[in-house]
Amino acid sequence: MKLKLKLPNPGLDERIPSHAELDKLEVEEAGERPQWDNKAQYMLTCVGFCVGLGNVWRFPYLCQSHGGGAFMIPFLILLVLEGIPLLHLEFAIGQRLRKGSVGVWRSINPYLVGVGIASMLVSFMVGMYYNTIIAWVLWYFFNSFQDPLPWSQCPINENRTGFVSECERSSPVDYFWYRETLNTTPVIGDSGGLQWWIVLCLFCAWTLLWVCCLRGIETTGKAVYITSTLPYLVLTIFLIRGLTLKGSVSGIKFLFTPDLDELLNPATWLDAGAQVFYSFSLAFGGLISFSSYNSVHNNCEQDAVIISVINGFTSIYSAIVIYSIIGFRATQRFDDCLNGNILALLNAFELSEENITESNYDSVLQHLNSTSPAVIQDLQLKTCDLQTLLSQGVEGTGLAFIVFTEAITKMPIAPLWSVLFFIMLFCLGLSTMFGSVEGVVAPLQDLNILPKKWPKEVYTGLVCFVSFGFAIIFAQGSGEYWLALFDGFAGSIPLLIIAFCEMMAVSYIYGIDRFNDDIKFMIGHKPNFFWQATWRVISPLIVLVIFLFYLVTTVSKELTYIAWDPESENFPTLATRSYPDWIYIIIFILSGVPALVIPAVALYKLIRNRCCRTEEKHAAELLYSISDKIQIEPERAVQPITAKALN
Amino acid sequence: MLTAVLLLILLPPMVAQDLCKDSTDGFKVRLSIKTALGDNAYDWNESEMFLFQSTLAFAMRRHTEQDTYNIANILVCNNTPRVSFVFVVTSPDDPTKLIPKEQVEEAVRKSKHRINSAFLLSDMTLEFIGIPPTLATPITYDTPPWLIVFGVVIGAVAVGILALLMSTVSKRRRAKNKDAGFAEEDDGRVKENGTALSSLGGKDGVYNQAFSNDDRFTQL
Repeated sequence: MKLKLKLPNPGLDERIPSHAELDKLEVEEAGERPQWDNKAQYMLTCVGFCVGLGNVWRFPYLCQSHGGGAFMIPFLILLVLEGIPLLHLEFAIGQRLRKGSVGVWRSINPYLVGVGIASMLVSFMVGMYYNTIIAWVLWYFFNSFQDPLPWSQCPINENRTGFVSECERSSPVDYFWYRETLNTTPVIGDSGGLQWWIVLCLFCAWTLLWVCCLRGIETTGKAVYITSTLPYLVLTIFLIRGLTLKGSVSGIKFLFTPDLDELLNPATWLDAGAQVFYSFSLAFGGLISFSSYNSVHNNCEQDAVIISVINGFTSIYSAIVIYSIIGFRATQRFDDCLNGNILALLNAFELSEENITESNYDSVLQHLNSTSPAVIQDLQLKTCDLQTLLSQGVEGTGLAFIVFTEAITKMPIAPLWSVLFFIMLFCLGLSTMFGSVEGVVAPLQDLNILPKKWPKEVYTGLVCFVSFGFAIIFAQGSGEYWLALFDGFAGSIPLLIIAFCEMMAVSYIYGIDRFNDDIKFMIGHKPNFFWQATWRVISPLIVLVIFLFYLVTTVSKELTYIAWDPESENFPTLATRSYPDWIYIIIFILSGVPALVIPAVALYKLIRNRCCRTEEKHAAELLYSISDKIQIEPERAVQPITAKALN
Repeated sequence: MLTAVLLLILLPPMVAQDLCKDSTDGFKVRLSIKTALGDNAYDWNESEMFLFQSTLAFAMRRHTEQDTYNIANILVCNNTPRVSFVFVVTSPDDPTKLIPKEQVEEAVRKSKHRINSAFLLSDMTLEFIGIPPTLATPITYDTPPWLIVFGVVIGAVAVGILALLMSTVSKRRRAKNKDAGFAEEDDGRVKENGTALSSLGGKDGVYNQAFSNDDRFTQL
């Protein structure tokens, strides 16, 4: 059944290698394009790219805040309907057209080059701030080699009578994160100068990345043996450790307690869709690049399914581990709170220590309240509730650098757990960065902006160096606010637009029939009805819905950020501030430029073609007069003559 | 006569009690033995109180460097089941005169660690209300440990980069030498056979980039 809906796309056959040419390439092994050493490297690299920090610190939070076990339902449904089809699409198109993102879209239609450039810009911007998070992870890693850990106690003030006031009012972990690591300023406009230790860590992060990406997949292929497998080992170690701690099971139970009412809330489905989409690192261009280094007959369908399953499994596994540790921390806090109350009561009423224990606390409190309520009032006892403590869900950097580090300080042999945890975060982040760098370097090579004879080392070095230069803005006092800004705007909206354009381009401009034939040529059988339905209708629809909702919510609400301000009223609660006006320009650059590049480049090409059409006409006539008349086998004839004629 | 004698005997303790209860130079002490020691907790009894008085006398001796302080100089009152009480220190020369608060505070702070150890307690569990604990000096390092680890990592990375770059350079040099070698061989072969095509290596020919499908249209 030939689908009628297909946009006209002249000259497609000349731009892409035919099936016969692909087979020839396979046999002759054109040495120019790099290749994977073995399948395992390819799979580990893709798994590493997809599995990142988001699996560890975003998914558990979403799970817990959207009804625990019930969240699995929208997550798994959208994984199947949105994640797997998009992944298969990117793998297949990269493997078929054997180019990076810019090359692929240029081959499909020169007007679509903007999609590739948008991917490159987004990869660049996301890579910039993502590596800064890795720099922070490195800072904590470097600081883990001491006992006691520096974030386990407050520093002492000058006259040695007590702790530093900012630390006393908040907590040692908060103080270490906001003051000693970031040295945050109260507002985003206040730069606060460069923090030299963060600059050093940034430098370390970028050089580490460069050494792993130095020769492209030749070096990353070796690095991923460690960076992609180590996180699973560490997660397992933490799971075993976590399950032996008091209170961990209550954390896991809390995480998975299903609240089916949440399924009726549209925000749950939107968050699940967004999580699946971003978790798969789609639309960055990196996956297309990686897949283009495969052999032509690699089974991309199987790869897509395997990687999706691994990604989903990793999310759930790390959620279990994280919440076992959070359960432990919540139980510790609960015990501390309760013991504090008990001590206050004992001191106020001069009772012997055995009179009040954790078990009879409630009854004793009631009794004392009835006899002397005034005293109880004065004491201002805190309410200690385990459920409230468990539901203090945190995500993102707060989870890793505040909540988890606090939990680690309460474990025996804390430095060991700290080192393990931050190595795991480092590996998770670095393997994602490999894909980001690939998503910038491959388009750069395809665009021919830089001289072609420059070796790969120079390309990767240049990308790392320039990114490091720009990332210095995150090393300022206000760096964390800038990072939150980038996180919110550089990666969210443009990626959705790019993914939507990708699906439309492949389904309707490249032609779903041609795509089906390609896949049949590559893996031996035509994609079944599930793939057809998802590629053509379901996945683009889901992406469109998520995009619209995102756009509406972002545009309608006032943009705010949360700031750490020791002088604010509710300190240590973070203060909500609204952005200054000039930030909107930055937001436009982050979100708008990649999105607008797509139509802008198409328009530019259109104008250039219009004004240069006269020259092409002459060339076309020459073409029709010679090659049309001579019937020679496609392999040798047409190409040499037209090449000479046009060049 | 008898009453006079009785008064004389009972007066000092009564005066002592008054001194302890009424004075402003006293400190309240609170012990949390069960919290600190759990199952190994000892009971608070007269002997423990005796030990406390003797440690305080020791503290006073240490601070003032007068060997005249004795247990009789440490007066205790307001005992509660919590294990908290108030104590005052009387001067060894004149039992009716009290040592001022500041002096007692200094003496306690100086010997706090010794007093804590005597009772197997800590600053948190043996509290002198009104005397803040002197916090231990934080450990200072000459070089912060993180810089050491950073140096190690950067050193390893630098070695890695140099090694990889060196290997690339040497690979390229070897490839260049090989090409030069082939070129000489080709000339020789052409001379032998006289055909240009025999200079192509291999049976299937060399993949000529000029005839490839890439670079078809002008780039962006």
